[in-house]
Amino acid sequence: MNVLSIEGLTVDFNTAEGKVRAVDDVSFVVPENRTVALVGESGSGKTVISQTIMGLLPQAASITSGKVILADPTGAEPPVDIATLERKGPQMRHLRGNRVAIIFQEPMTSLSPLHTIGDQIGEAALLHRNVSRSEARELTKTMLSLVQFPDPERALDTYPFELSGGLRQRAMIAMAMICRPALLIADEPTTALDVTIQAEILKLIREVQAELSMSVLMITHDFGVVANMADEIAVIYHGRIMEKGTAQQLFSDPKHDYLKALLNAVPSFQMDREERLVPIRPIEVRSEDLTANRPHCDVKPGEPLVEMRDVTKQFTLRKGSFLGGKVKTMTALDSINLTIRRGECLGLVGESGSGKTTAAKAILRAISIEGGSVLYNRGKGLEDISKLKGAELMDYRRRVQLIFQDPFSSLNPRMTINDTLMEPLEVHGIGTPQERAERARNLMKLVGLDPRFLRRYPHSFSGGQRQRIGIARALALNPEFLLCDEPTSALDVSVQAQILNLLQDLKRDLNLTYLFVSHNLAVVDYVADRIAVMCRGRLVEMGETRNVVGNPLHPYTKALLSAVPEPDLSAPLDFAALDANRASEPQSWPEPFRLTDGQEPLLVEMEPDHFVCAPGLKNAGALEGTAA
Amino acid sequence: MLYYIVRRILMMVPTLLVISLLIFFIIELPSGDYISNQIAALKSSGESSSVAKLEFLRQEFSLDRPFMERYLIWVGLWPGPHGFDGLIQGNWGWSFEFDKPVEQVIGPTLPLTVVLNFATILFVYVVSFPIGIFSATRQYSWGDYGFTFLGYFGLATPNFLLALVLLYFFNRWFGLSVGGLMDPQYIDQPWSFDKAMSVLGHLIVPTIVIGTSGTAAMIRRLRANLLDELHKQYVTTGRAKGLKENQLLVKYPLRMAINPFIADIGNLIPSLVSGSVIVSVVMSLPTVGPVLVAALQSQDQFLSGFILLFVAVLTLIGMLISDLLLAVLDPRIRLGGRAST
Repeated sequence: MNVLSIEGLTVDFNTAEGKVRAVDDVSFVVPENRTVALVGESGSGKTVISQTIMGLLPQAASITSGKVILADPTGAEPPVDIATLERKGPQMRHLRGNRVAIIFQEPMTSLSPLHTIGDQIGEAALLHRNVSRSEARELTKTMLSLVQFPDPERALDTYPFELSGGLRQRAMIAMAMICRPALLIADEPTTALDVTIQAEILKLIREVQAELSMSVLMITHDFGVVANMADEIAVIYHGRIMEKGTAQQLFSDPKHDYLKALLNAVPSFQMDREERLVPIRPIEVRSEDLTANRPHCDVKPGEPLVEMRDVTKQFTLRKGSFLGGKVKTMTALDSINLTIRRGECLGLVGESGSGKTTAAKAILRAISIEGGSVLYNRGKGLEDISKLKGAELMDYRRRVQLIFQDPFSSLNPRMTINDTLMEPLEVHGIGTPQERAERARNLMKLVGLDPRFLRRYPHSFSGGQRQRIGIARALALNPEFLLCDEPTSALDVSVQAQILNLLQDLKRDLNLTYLFVSHNLAVVDYVADRIAVMCRGRLVEMGETRNVVGNPLHPYTKALLSAVPEPDLSAPLDFAALDANRASEPQSWPEPFRLTDGQEPLLVEMEPDHFVCAPGLKNAGALEGTAA
Repeated sequence: MLYYIVRRILMMVPTLLVISLLIFFIIELPSGDYISNQIAALKSSGESSSVAKLEFLRQEFSLDRPFMERYLIWVGLWPGPHGFDGLIQGNWGWSFEFDKPVEQVIGPTLPLTVVLNFATILFVYVVSFPIGIFSATRQYSWGDYGFTFLGYFGLATPNFLLALVLLYFFNRWFGLSVGGLMDPQYIDQPWSFDKAMSVLGHLIVPTIVIGTSGTAAMIRRLRANLLDELHKQYVTTGRAKGLKENQLLVKYPLRMAINPFIADIGNLIPSLVSGSVIVSVVMSLPTVGPVLVAALQSQDQFLSGFILLFVAVLTLIGMLISDLLLAVLDPRIRLGGRAST
């Protein structure tokens, strides 16, 4: 029996420029107790479909034709056609949160910060299940233990901002589940989460689904998630269903070109080192104009360009006032030793909060460090960057540039692209106005954008295009070293492939050196020559990419790797092993890796050029290595 | 929580000290003081008989001492001619202009000022709240445009003009006496029920007049805040649970949009006092505003200093109230420290 059947659904948006068709003649079904994945890029209309099912379409949208029939498998209520219901009417409200529930992408913003999660979760029960306040509280507690909250009783009275992202998403799931809906819509439920948490949330959705025997409509662009969750798949592009079938059919024998292209754009561990991703819309890099007058870099390839020596950074969490109060600190970087060689791409991997962005900021000298030093080779040997001043510091700033994570907030919406690209040149007083304009045009060509776009403002670009503008801005000063802080985590897979290839081409053509910060191991595996893994402010493993990925030695690295969902049906996530693998607690690592508080995280060379943080091995007489 | 309140109140002490120093510094900026100006005037007109008396006054109020000493004597942290006798000891100072203690000059006006301010703040909140919500939830509707127009109208009309117009109509329609905060017959009479009712009746016009521009600004602010909140994800979450629109609005976005509202309590007070001076003059209201202007003009330093300090205290208390309310209403402020562990 099909819990949800969508037939010929068409949704139009009335905009100032006329009607825009967001969903065009879409039909698919969600059978009872099954998971259907709706896969597509952003802007493909997948969220509009979820809004239609929930009756949450914005004012400007109207359902032009088609049926959305929801049939309760328990038979308690007759099937209804949601498309005909009034969006704010009592019938639709009766269904929302009761028979159909939804989990959103952003657990940070989808809960109200001013209400306890107990209040917010229990609300749906109060609305639909005719229970008293104390019964609702009991029910909420049951739901919280179902989603494996550590202490459900206490969690009832906590506020969302006191919880981590993973716990918030669990609370969202508990909220959606409390009325035992027939259908759960999960709109990119794990996109904003770390891989390890993602694996846990996926596991949780599966378990809850089995427990409550409900159907799930999973909206995602991540084929790793699809391969691990979906029984059936529908691929959507520009509001139309391109291909649908069982997961087995679509992964083993994709028919439609679009699906094939999408699958090719996903980086995976099985790829050869020389193999390149095939983006759906490849960019042609035209770098001649820029390679011509590049300043010569005096550091030979392979020699150390950047070195971090015992870098330590602490953040004050709560300032003590003069009337008392304890000063609390958190160690964001704990004696980090790291070398980046000229011409390589070093991947820095870790969960959120592991200190990887702080490390990048320390290299930029965007924050001050408490201990240790950051050295940089400007052709005259390694120099301590904290000693640079005035003109020398400006010179350093020219050499080192940053690419940001979020392409939406990192461009000033009130500046044209031309202004954005010329600003670094003006700050450093480079060239005449004509030369600067010429350079802006060349930069646009370099990242594969039309120079005619220079007069536009950021809002008229897509996420991928904005990220390319961000890259162009970083390249404006002819830097030799680029810090890429999660440059693709906010982008679709197809665009991600495009950006990753662009970064690789630029590195080759312009002889750049990268520090590539990311939590996505598959991405780092694709771009990086060497990988450094961070956990809780410590460097735990470092070595050649194939060594670290192929033969991880540290338990934390192993846990990270086992949590990456592969876009491959034959390599499913081992959900059962996940619990045992929760390895982000340094005290609970097995010997010789155990790290107690205050202990110095020593790196030991366990294999040639493969360093692992194992303080227990140092006494055992193993070779002690300063990280090279 | 108790600890927080105590800490906030203790923090007010050094703040007040700094403010009082600044106030004293500023009112002493013009050269000379009230008495030396008097002496100069007397000397130029050739009358030297009363100069001796004025010289005596100068010493009596220690105006011949250095700045810091004068300040400390005023506050009461330094022994003056009569030992420790300053603000801390309850001596509000002497008004040269009125030749009376400051206490007697502004004593009767203080409670009326507080009452008027309180009524105005209440008016601003009561009127702007529903209108702001209406405008935000029905953005770009006729009602929204109508209130926007009215709001700009309120902002643009000079207060004193509105005061005169309203006084005229209230006098014609309800027979209210023009000006003042009570019927003339009650002035200097002991408080009675009739006198209180008369004060209430006379409060209406000044409250509306002083409150209009604040109300208009507040409506615009609430509308903008609420519009921001209405499009946040957590509102959609609430809607997805099946909440009715009205329940949803009150429970989630309104709760969030209310924060700047509360934070404004402290800021409103000084602007109401200084903004109402002209209105008070036009309507001859017995508030401290006109007294302050007179005192500043004649360099009556103790009087003006005390009034300024009084407004500062009101502001600090307003800030304290708004901070405490914010802590009660917003768990992020209350538990901010706990979250970051």
